[in-house]
Formats: sequence, structure tokens, C-alpha cells
Amino acid sequence: MRLKINGEIVDGVKAVTVSELLDELKVQSGRVAVEVNLTVVRKQDFETFRLGDGDAVEIVNFVGGG
Amino acid sequence: MADTLVIKGIEFTSRLWVGTGKYKDFEETRKVIEASGADVVTVSVRRVNIIDRKSENLLDYIDPKKYKILPNTAGCYTVEDALRYSRLAREAGISDLIKLEVIGDEKTLFPDTIGLLKATEILAKEGFIVLPYTNDDPIMAKRLEDAGAAAVMPLGAPIGSGLGIRNPYNIRIIIETAVKVPVVVDAGVGTASDAAIAMELGCDAVLINTGIAGAKDPIAMASAMKHAVIAGRLAYRAGRIPKKLYATASSPIEGMLL
Repeated sequence: MRLKINGEIVDGVKAVTVSELLDELKVQSGRVAVEVNLTVVRKQDFETFRLGDGDAVEIVNFVGGG
Repeated sequence: MADTLVIKGIEFTSRLWVGTGKYKDFEETRKVIEASGADVVTVSVRRVNIIDRKSENLLDYIDPKKYKILPNTAGCYTVEDALRYSRLAREAGISDLIKLEVIGDEKTLFPDTIGLLKATEILAKEGFIVLPYTNDDPIMAKRLEDAGAAAVMPLGAPIGSGLGIRNPYNIRIIIETAVKVPVVVDAGVGTASDAAIAMELGCDAVLINTGIAGAKDPIAMASAMKHAVIAGRLAYRAGRIPKKLYATASSPIEGMLL
């Protein structure tokens, strides 16, 4: 599957759900927020939310700021 | 007597709030927060680097159980972006607190108050505890309060400028007559006296990032700001003397040698 993750085209994604994608990217799921096609995916839905080919995924976390 | 700041039922033990931007590493950030005594720290929402994964995360150094995490929408120039970042921040974090910024201009980073008002209204309806970063205009502060802001955060001076409290009279009007919600001065505080002045005016809290992070010794400055905020608050509560042009003797005339 091809996804657009944080603005980058990524080919050959095996993950089907959001939580599988985070595992595949080695991202700790507890400290991130995920948006798919401009809609926030709730943490409790990470395991069930299914990704589709061509989806635009944003994975964000907290960084230093004022 | 306890002098606790409460915003929407959340108790704040410190009236100094600190930002976490511009530090050399997370360890320095941690030490500064500790020295400042702050229980509120601001953070920003940014993309995770999915190619070069770092194992360290800011929240490894700032325990969300110990500190209140206040995400901002820094860098947002439109209502839509500010809403998007706010919703992501709520999901990434653990609370409904949001320091709402809708920026109007790159050079001054002054707020676009028209966009800010719209975003405040929408987010307050979605259950966010909205703390909007605004200018020092009392009327806008009132409009934000009416739109559902839980507190207002007028700027002392442009972000990162260190120019201090440029319009103390407007800040006083905001505090004394414009709004009933807490007033937190955000931006412009350059050194300890600026923080003390903000608190002496009657502000409920002060948020500082660059004033500490940009100091030669950020940890020492964090401590200076902590004491300045405490001193300013105490002076405000104690009630300062009125300013007069001429002298009033402190020592009695009676009993003087003729």
C-alpha cells in the first residue's frame, strides 16, 4: 500500500490499521496523535481504524515550544 | 492565606508558566523547569520524524503527572490550521487545555485577533479550555471572554523581543474592568523586573520562554523569574503606595533638637 506520511510518499506499507502502521514505523503510540485525511483518529480507535491506499497520514507529537 | 490560581476548576500552584522552546537539549529544559518552580509548561505540536527516529521524547523529561502540559498552536496563520493543531494536541495530550495562537504577521508575530476570536468560539464549544494569545486591547479581551475563553493572554511585547510590558495601562484596564477571567501576560518578558511589573499590575500569571531560554544562564534566570513573580504577586496583594511628586518625611519632626 502507498501512503503519504507526514508529507512523504511511502511505498510498500504492510500495516492495515493505524496501530500496525505505528509499529511498522517504530513510533510509540502513547505519545502521538494521528490524523488520516484531515480527520483526527482517536487513540482508542488506533487498533481498528483501517488505512486505505493513497491515504494522507499525519503523525505528530509534542516538541519544545513557547 | 492560600493564593491559588484556578482556571475552569484546574488549580495552578505556580504563577510563573514556562515555555520549552529554544533549549539546547531536553536535560537543560528539565533543569530550567525545575528551577522555575512552574507547574505549567507549554509545548508545540509538530510532525514526528519518521525517517530518523529519535528514541527521546520531550515527555520523557517532563512528567505529565507532575506538570500541566499546555500545547500551543504556534505557527498557525489561519483559523483552520489553529483548529487542526488544537484537535491534534488534545489527542496527543491528556487535557483540553490549549494556548491558542492565530498569528497575523511573520515579522511581529502579532495575533490576528479576528481569526483568534473565531477559533476561540469554535474550540470553546468543542469543550476546549481555550487560553488565547491576544494583543493588549481590552475590548478584544472582553470579546474573547464572551466567546468562551477560559483566560486571556495579552502580550507584553512581541514574542521573543524582551521589550517588557509596553502598555501597562492597557494591561491594567484588561485586569480591572475588561474581563473577569484570569489574565496571563504572555510574551515580551525580558528579565526579572518585567515579570515583577506584570504581576504588580495584577496579572494572574506570566508565561515566559525566550526571556529564560535566551539568557546566558537559563537555569539562573529561571530562578530569578520565579522570585520576581512571587515578589510581584506579593506586592500587588500588599497594595503599593500611591506615586507622589513631592517628598513625605519618614522620620518624625517631633522631638527634634531646636
